[in-house]
Amino acid sequence: MDILVCLKRVPLAGSTFLLTPDSRDINTDFLGFGISPHEENAVEAGVQLVEQLGGTLTLLTLGPTDAEEQLRTQLAIGATRGILLETEGEDWDPQATAAALVEAINAEETKFDLILFGAESADSAGYQIHIRVAHALSRPIVTNVKTMKIENGVAQCERAVGSVRELYETTLPAVITVRDGLNIPRYPSVPGRIQARKKPIEHKKPEPRVPKLEKVSLSVAPSNSAGAQILGTGVEAVPALVDVLRTIGVLA
Amino acid sequence: MILVLVDHDRGELDPLSLRALTAARKISTDVHAVVIGNDGAALSDICGEYGATKLHVAQHPEITDYTPAASGRALAQLVNSLKPEAVLAAGSPRGNEQLAHLATILDLPMAAECSEITLGNPHSVVRARWAANLMEQALVHSELLIATVLAFAVEAEASPAAIAISNFDVVLEPIDLQVRILGRGGEAERSGASLTDAKVIVSGGRGVGGPEAFSLLEELAALLDGAVGCSRVVTSSGWRPHAEQVGQTGTKVAPDLYIAAGISGAMQHIAGCKNSKTIVVINTDPEAPILAYADYAIIGDLHKVLPALTQAIKATKG
Repeated sequence: MDILVCLKRVPLAGSTFLLTPDSRDINTDFLGFGISPHEENAVEAGVQLVEQLGGTLTLLTLGPTDAEEQLRTQLAIGATRGILLETEGEDWDPQATAAALVEAINAEETKFDLILFGAESADSAGYQIHIRVAHALSRPIVTNVKTMKIENGVAQCERAVGSVRELYETTLPAVITVRDGLNIPRYPSVPGRIQARKKPIEHKKPEPRVPKLEKVSLSVAPSNSAGAQILGTGVEAVPALVDVLRTIGVLA
Repeated sequence: MILVLVDHDRGELDPLSLRALTAARKISTDVHAVVIGNDGAALSDICGEYGATKLHVAQHPEITDYTPAASGRALAQLVNSLKPEAVLAAGSPRGNEQLAHLATILDLPMAAECSEITLGNPHSVVRARWAANLMEQALVHSELLIATVLAFAVEAEASPAAIAISNFDVVLEPIDLQVRILGRGGEAERSGASLTDAKVIVSGGRGVGGPEAFSLLEELAALLDGAVGCSRVVTSSGWRPHAEQVGQTGTKVAPDLYIAAGISGAMQHIAGCKNSKTIVVINTDPEAPILAYADYAIIGDLHKVLPALTQAIKATKG
């Protein structure tokens, strides 16, 4: 089985954000980078499927040259090869990103049986690239998958949204987006990291497009709270908390 | 006219759709609602109560349960005949997904999770990034605006209108039905009250120290008819089931009371709980980032404070 996982390099944000002086981007001077959390599950699922069924696992990302770092890390986990669609580092809007991914997928000799995405990106969260890619490739898509079983060219997926679980079935080839909780992603081993250095990464430079969804600026969302009122220290503060619970109506 | 997708599960309304109807009314006096599947026709009264003057019911024998690709096709059909100025839906996983299918079919941009929408040429929106920790000012270059409304950015406000029902038959493509639903059920791995419905959530983080001490949280949650939640580190350590995770990659919650015990407040966790009405923190660290988002805090060891709180509440209940 030939599997493709699409990834996105994102800053590993802490508990607060600093913006660049022009307010167009996050100041990443003091931040590390990784991939979106759900995507770690997508790579793990791909590695497991190739271990069970044989085949190849290709990683595809659109991002700056530095995104090679994220590809190498995931290659160390067990992927076969990577494709990096290089940008100048600026954000691409969802339509442009999807078009570049589709072009790269169509240029491949391998016809991927399964294309995996994380359910959403940690940063821009546009909720659409996977759907645009599926339509362009005329493939069915199942999203937000928390358990997945692949047998005889059929994928059975359980999707959990809110309090309802739904079981879906689709024939491959298909596009599936997965959520945290699907599996426990492994860490790259030292031999894995050494092998990853030699694994091929193909660099391409897609043509940028004029964005239809155009970012103007970013701002840090205001907190609903002016900061917590400290009720006290340790168990002595419990009566004050009980009073609060009465005031807000949780206790009669 | 603004067309609002009112989402439902077998006729049971997604309440976030009422917020989307309210958001639509703030930008236009002419609001129509659309439901996908015959079961949605039952929602005409509530759509009228929230200001829609027409309810379009998309009908197809194969549409009963959630079929997002078919929803996109039905919406595209309706957009082509009604020519609305905008199509809105709730910024829920289902709302985002169905409008993404619509935007793809029409080859138009979509702005997900908007807190502000101004129609124009181009349209102007403020949308959530990083699970609403950052807000993005953006322009949408297309005649038709396709956007979802950030959950909890708008309170639902009634504005009763006389509503008419209009049924239409959807023409689907074979690909729209290639994903088949085999079955459905409740959240199997979760035993307590459902996180999304709970009025009180007692949530634990790394500071709980291990799976055993979660019994302190369970006892308090049971006493308040609430649910137990946790942070990502807790589920990735295997202390609690994944279904209890609150945060960007878990469940986003908005209870009346959220008690965060031993949770420092990574951004991805804050994203999941910041819409709670009241947040109470119990933490040994007076510098924990979560204090900036909380209403009240006790600086102390949760292993002592939680049992004392449970005792005190039992005492008030006699």
